[in-house]
Amino acid sequence: MSATDAVTDPVATRLAELPELDNEEVLRYSRHLIIPEVGLEGQRRLKASRVLLVGAGGLGSPLGLYLAAAGVGHLGLVDFDLVDLTNLHRQVIHGTKDLGRPKLDSARDRIADVNPHVHVETYDTRLTSQNALEIVRGYDVVIDGTDNFPTRYLVNDACVLSGIPNVYGSIFRFEGQVSIFATENGPCYRCLFREPPPPGLVPSCAEGGVLGVLPGLVGMLQATEAIKLLLGIGQQLIGRLLLVDALRAQFRTLKLQRDPECPACGTHELKELIDYEEFCGLRKAAAEARANAVPEITPSELATRLARGDDVDLIDVREPHEWEIARIPGARLIPLGSLAEALSTLDRTREIVVHCKGGGRSAKAVRQLLDAGFVNVTNLAGGITRWSDDVDPGVAKY
Amino acid sequence: MSITVHLPNLLARLAADQPSIEAEGATVGDAIDDVINRFPALGPRLRDEQGKQYPFVTLYLNDEDIRFQGGFAAPASDGDELIIVPTVAGG
Repeated sequence: MSATDAVTDPVATRLAELPELDNEEVLRYSRHLIIPEVGLEGQRRLKASRVLLVGAGGLGSPLGLYLAAAGVGHLGLVDFDLVDLTNLHRQVIHGTKDLGRPKLDSARDRIADVNPHVHVETYDTRLTSQNALEIVRGYDVVIDGTDNFPTRYLVNDACVLSGIPNVYGSIFRFEGQVSIFATENGPCYRCLFREPPPPGLVPSCAEGGVLGVLPGLVGMLQATEAIKLLLGIGQQLIGRLLLVDALRAQFRTLKLQRDPECPACGTHELKELIDYEEFCGLRKAAAEARANAVPEITPSELATRLARGDDVDLIDVREPHEWEIARIPGARLIPLGSLAEALSTLDRTREIVVHCKGGGRSAKAVRQLLDAGFVNVTNLAGGITRWSDDVDPGVAKY
Repeated sequence: MSITVHLPNLLARLAADQPSIEAEGATVGDAIDDVINRFPALGPRLRDEQGKQYPFVTLYLNDEDIRFQGGFAAPASDGDELIIVPTVAGG
């Protein structure tokens, strides 16, 4: 039997001790109970199940709502973030009234309303190499709803070392990926992607955006696979990678196999959790950023200088669609990708201040200008976002 | 030998917004190079500085991971589909 055909059934060893359902629960879950593949035993399995959601954000929101509604008895939630206005176009477990609250609190409240039978256990922490094995211990299934590479490799390795299936989902703009990793014979995340990309190469949702419904779509696929694992049914997404392309309305399934050279599940040379920030190059990138630091000006300083009439060439290196959303009065747009060809049009005798959304891309632009021989160039610290905070709230943040 | 190369949306933007490109080549590497020749901006996204496959961009010939079929040297046949799967981390 190949990994693709195998059915993983983490609850199978506890069938003799499944909890009973009371009459209210029988009625609540009646549409489950009359599906032969679920039935009374399946619903009791769900009630006995323990699922850990790592992340209560875009993917964690639909996962929490639907797994609670489905009757998963014990949900663990790991998160350390507060509800922010930019979350609400996709993180449907949180509401407008929850702005500024810990996501764990709003998720717990919403789950209690959806299904008061669910026991919620919260972990108000970032998942780390120090706490991950302790947190995942005792769960039947872990669901990866995180938003960064270090935590994804950490979740993977913790699951492989603990022998707990990891229901993986990942999203960007219109596209998503779903699979089940770390089953007994199946592949893991490292088998799919041996190493993470260098920091900054692959944009995050905060940098590149995400269609609000996409985490709903991908989170639902993860929830479906988690429930199939807990019920021990169906053709589970083990040894397969499901690609979702919402823009083209296409789904594609590819074969995934265990990589014999995988240090986690292939050679097993990985015996304990490692430093994932180091593994993902974040420490090296931070050191390089410090070494390559460019001259900066704060928004308040710039505003003072503009107000007194200083001659400053204010260059915005964002993309045209960002320029449409908001801009600093007096700025002109030269997207970072076009800067090289625009160099000859810039006046080297004028002072140049470069900005972007948060200061990262403009730092690259300043470095590019300095390397091209410009001397009077500074980066606007914190970009247009900090300009809005410190100088002019009339400039929209996004 | 015509191979259909499927690009994710982010890379399609570097290929005149074409999500699928018909490429010529007897191997996966040849097909990749045919695509890069026509859309040079894709070069650094599909091959590293040594010309090798990135460990965070997985390529599938039909539904098989090319790393287990010989990598870029994997032979390709007329009508094959090559799917580029870059890592993403959003959640």
